[in-house]
Amino acid sequence: MTDQLTTDPTKPAQRMRAGSLTVPLIPWVLAAALLMVLPFIFTANSAITIMNQMAITIIFALAYNMLLGQGGMLSFGHAVYAGVGGFACVHIMNMDDFFAQIPLPLLPVFGGLMGMGLATIVGSFSTRKAGTVFAMISLGVGELIAACSVIIVAFFGGEEGISGDRTYGMPFFGVEFLQQIEVYYLIAAWLLISAALMYLYSRTPLGRMANAVRDNPERAEFLGYSARWVRFFSFVASGFFAGVAGALFAINYEILTEENLNTTQSGLILLATFLGGVGFFFGPILGAIVFTLVQTVLSLQTELWGFYLGIVFVVTVMFFPGGLAGLIMMHVPAMRLGKLGLLGMPYLKTLGSGAVGCLGAAALIEMTFHARHASAGDHEMTIYWTTFDTHSVVPWIIAIAVTLIGFGIARRTAPALAEAWGQANTPDGAMR
Amino acid sequence: MKPLIPETWITSPQGVLWITADMDLILVNLIDGLVTGLLLFMLSAGLTLIFSMMGVLNFAHASFYMLGAYFAFQISLYLGFWMGLLIAPLVVGVLGAGVERYGLRRVHQYGHVPELIFTFGLALLIEELVQFIWGKNQMPYATPEVLQFTAFSIAGNSIPAYKIFMIFISIAIFIGLLYVLTRTRVGMIIQAALTYPKTVEALGHNVPLIFMGVFGVGTALAGVAGVIAGPVLGTFPGMAFVLGSIVFVTIVIGGLGSLWGALVASLLIGWITTFSKAYNLRMEDLLTWLGFTKPEPIWDSAWRDLWSITSPQIADILPYILMVLILIFRPYGLFGKRDA
Repeated sequence: MTDQLTTDPTKPAQRMRAGSLTVPLIPWVLAAALLMVLPFIFTANSAITIMNQMAITIIFALAYNMLLGQGGMLSFGHAVYAGVGGFACVHIMNMDDFFAQIPLPLLPVFGGLMGMGLATIVGSFSTRKAGTVFAMISLGVGELIAACSVIIVAFFGGEEGISGDRTYGMPFFGVEFLQQIEVYYLIAAWLLISAALMYLYSRTPLGRMANAVRDNPERAEFLGYSARWVRFFSFVASGFFAGVAGALFAINYEILTEENLNTTQSGLILLATFLGGVGFFFGPILGAIVFTLVQTVLSLQTELWGFYLGIVFVVTVMFFPGGLAGLIMMHVPAMRLGKLGLLGMPYLKTLGSGAVGCLGAAALIEMTFHARHASAGDHEMTIYWTTFDTHSVVPWIIAIAVTLIGFGIARRTAPALAEAWGQANTPDGAMR
Repeated sequence: MKPLIPETWITSPQGVLWITADMDLILVNLIDGLVTGLLLFMLSAGLTLIFSMMGVLNFAHASFYMLGAYFAFQISLYLGFWMGLLIAPLVVGVLGAGVERYGLRRVHQYGHVPELIFTFGLALLIEELVQFIWGKNQMPYATPEVLQFTAFSIAGNSIPAYKIFMIFISIAIFIGLLYVLTRTRVGMIIQAALTYPKTVEALGHNVPLIFMGVFGVGTALAGVAGVIAGPVLGTFPGMAFVLGSIVFVTIVIGGLGSLWGALVASLLIGWITTFSKAYNLRMEDLLTWLGFTKPEPIWDSAWRDLWSITSPQIADILPYILMVLILIFRPYGLFGKRDA
């Protein structure tokens, strides 16, 4: 039995695409323009808060994917590097004299260096092996440092954490970062810089070797590369960008607690990255965006958001191991053939009715939850802008009917979708 | 971090310097540690068996332990504790087998990383599911009345009968497992399938069925552990999380795939955590003994956290330190024969 824990290179959906070595400029320019314009479209304060959170998660997820997607290393304790970078930055913020010397936009460099330093120490022994050993060491170290946060109070501040004030830094061209929007542009700039650097890193020979070591460490060794050192460098680089993410968190929220580095946080970033898709560079970006939306918007709507997220995650692992990015890229062949239009109607029929079914099922779940756990006598609940009594029969019948009909239609139309899919992916004139 | 062993679990009084410790206290702590260790062993035995079969660490293993406790609680409401002890592990085992058959076997084709991620997602989902069904509060799952008496007492420290009951159940299961694995035909086939699955399949045995069976039995063992631990360690949605990573630590220390290693490591961890909680060893004493002088005033010193560390404080992270050390210096674990 081979216990090498790598993504399977024979499965195209999982493989980090080699792509050409030339770096396309257009997507980056577009991304920069988008980041500039976004605050003018979503002007609300809450929207900017969500976008800040999103950008931080994107950097963290990209850093995480340097390990998981590019290097084939599954880490269960990556929040530690982000967290420690963040803690270091809050400490710098509290060093009045020193902090007055440096402009705030440079602070993430220190966070990155801190994360990198810790990754160097841990990586020196944890990257010796990939696979289960790496995963277990990362879990152990993660738990260890998270537990240390209540013991080493001088650095981690115990249970209440530590807080600072970002505005004491040297003004940056007159900007003191008093307002949320100024912080947004700082984070957006760092997002662009880090994403570009991480992308460029994946194009370097070292980044390529990380892929080679992930897929076949033995062969990489025979080519004269030390698998261990390649893993080590990936790990250290990933630690740097995780630290940057942590520093941006510190700048944005001005407080760090044990929650920023515990295993839950590490698990969440794994979830976000995998949902987005580890096989493509833009996968974690998608994952972070969707995940943050779920975390912030859906959690306002329902107490059960973790439950839905868990279901979506397990379904993704089971049926779409390429994640969202994999799903999108599945359509590239059909698009090349110019037959994407064939899929429109079948998609609408199957996925539309499936979505209705899902909404119905969610309503059932919510109603069950309400009927079981609401305080006694509280029979009224509101879902989908309708208020009704959960202890009467009619809403249940409606919800069950909607669910059954939705899924039923999806099931009936699925064969047509499969056929359309086949057609869309077959070149004209090819033998069927 | 929630402690592995709740404070109420420790029988002996705290703050006793080990120099003044007498045999009685050591004995009490030995028993406490043994109970914790054997409990860990029931989880790690199944986990290590599953690992040696499929090469995948089942992250959701502790979740099955939690399910065992919750099912047993639900059953005990209607049929009493003993029926819970009998039925709940069976239900958990069937669930586990189903997870293997319809979940893991499907994900297996994608490789090991997705398998690990799948079990991780499952662990999350089970925790959410438990919260969905039973809510966030601790369940009033109690020890049966028959066992609510003091078995014996050592130097004024009473040992409840339930602890003795736990010890007996765990040892009985260990002996049974050992017997089945080494003395019966089924056990022989399982052992053969561990090492040479292809050959065993060629000999006409249904290897996927064996895998499913082992997964089911492994999770059922976790279920048993949950049933008997639920009343004393508490039946709450976080119980899997508290124990989950410790179980991993255990089988990594013991050596992945080694049953004896799992036993030794479980007992080791049980005793280490119990003893470091029971005896209040202070870093201050150690540092002074080593010849360092305490900086004054201590609250202003950068080393204040180092000086104020006590052994109960770090008891819960000792297993992790041990694991990291083991992985650095002996990656095979204590008893492991092969690389993880």
